[in-house]
Amino acid sequence: MKNRSLYLKLLSAAIVFGAWEIAGRIPVSYAFPTFIDSMLALFRMIFDGSMFVAYGETLRPLVVGVAISAITGIGLGLWIGLSSRFDWLFSPIFIVMQAAPLAALIPILVMVYGIGLTSKVFVVCIMAMPVIVLNTASAVRNTPGSLKEMARSFQARDSDVLLKIILPAASPVIFSGLRLGVSAGFIGAILSELKITPTGVGDIITYSRSIADYPSMYAAIFSIILLAVIFLNLLEKLENVLFEGNNRGYVSD
Amino acid sequence: MSQIKPDARSTVSATDIAVSVRNVSKVYGDVQALKDLSLDFPRGELTSLLGPSGCGKTTLLKIIAGLLPATSGQIEVNGKTVTGPGPDRSFVFQDFALLPWASVIRNVAFGLELRGVAKSEREAIAEKYIREVGLAGFEKKYPHQLSGGMRQRVGLARALSVDAQVLLLDEPFSAVDEQTRRKFQEDLLQLVQNEKKTFIFVTHSIEEAVYVSDQIAILLPRPSRVSEIIRPSSFRDKGVDNIRRDPEYLDIVDRIWASLRSYVE
Repeated sequence: MKNRSLYLKLLSAAIVFGAWEIAGRIPVSYAFPTFIDSMLALFRMIFDGSMFVAYGETLRPLVVGVAISAITGIGLGLWIGLSSRFDWLFSPIFIVMQAAPLAALIPILVMVYGIGLTSKVFVVCIMAMPVIVLNTASAVRNTPGSLKEMARSFQARDSDVLLKIILPAASPVIFSGLRLGVSAGFIGAILSELKITPTGVGDIITYSRSIADYPSMYAAIFSIILLAVIFLNLLEKLENVLFEGNNRGYVSD
Repeated sequence: MSQIKPDARSTVSATDIAVSVRNVSKVYGDVQALKDLSLDFPRGELTSLLGPSGCGKTTLLKIIAGLLPATSGQIEVNGKTVTGPGPDRSFVFQDFALLPWASVIRNVAFGLELRGVAKSEREAIAEKYIREVGLAGFEKKYPHQLSGGMRQRVGLARALSVDAQVLLLDEPFSAVDEQTRRKFQEDLLQLVQNEKKTFIFVTHSIEEAVYVSDQIAILLPRPSRVSEIIRPSSFRDKGVDNIRRDPEYLDIVDRIWASLRSYVE
């Protein structure tokens, strides 16, 4: 069964890459390289080290922004979920943030914070934080009342209720918020490199396009997607280690 | 308390009262759930709270547990006034209230975990009660791998493991099937005998109440009050197989139905 799902994943990858190769060979557009050309460009950039230099630049705002979003996002989400007054005060901010057209806001951010790391971290946070906060808050609010009552009947302290009931009960939804937040953070990091100053992977994309080196451009895009997928898988592994029972279903039936 | 049977109070002396409810009222907004309700629960016995739905039996149980505050009146457990949940009472929930992410043994030991008992010690105690409720071998399973009846056995073992003197059971068998429920009722009789604890049992099943109880308090709704206290006397010692055929058992079931009939819409 486990093998079967692995085969299916490989098969679907083969179909997508095959379609990419065929589309590149027709070609559907002069600016669309074949899969093999893109992979060759990817390996070339890996072996000459330029890919690592680029990711050194890109990962900095990404990691800082995602870390800030995860920590303050979960903290704020817990608070919002636990207190209705806080919910009333802060939820609208994050709902607006989620709906805001970020690209249009970037010039304002640049005006205030300049073109350095701060602005890029901000872009990542604006992308990643709302979904983390809102998911955490709704998960906390939806903690089964009977579990909290059970803990109270055994004289649980408030801290025990939070750590042993609310957090584990909310963790599946918190983690799904984290996954969405992290993928949004990736989008934010690339967006900031395309819109603020071209550095790192954003620079490879912009520069390759300007000199019509489309295989390198697509190799960079491909690498960032690959990295996001790997990172999300790692996050899922972490969730399974931390909260073992979460993939064991619920007993509310 | 109009029609108390003559033997209702005479067999119970004041020192043998484990839980006493004195003039308790409960108001939700403008709904009066309980009005001036007084009731005594003798030590070491099982008392059922029986009544039609909406008569406030679960509300009364949660007030005794300290999970809900009474609007007026007071509850005494072993002479001490109840102000909140305490170590002298433990609760068995209608919907089991098990932690889905925790194994059977952690669920059973959870009450002790909250009290800061060391892991090895609390697991030893939990294992003992897991055996007692008949779940030996299931310690490492998770709730979703158990049947409804087994889940409630976990809930029961958790309540027993904290060694509270008073057990509060809120319709514990209403979510399990009929056959499992019968087995449960037999086991409960055994448990009352072995554990020497005071059981307060909420149910809406007349047969179940008469089958398991030493004392049955009939609650009538809107606002809730105790209308009658019945103490079955003769069939308790005749063995679990004979209770349902006993004339007194059948009489009491009929009598309770006669007094509840008009309240069931």
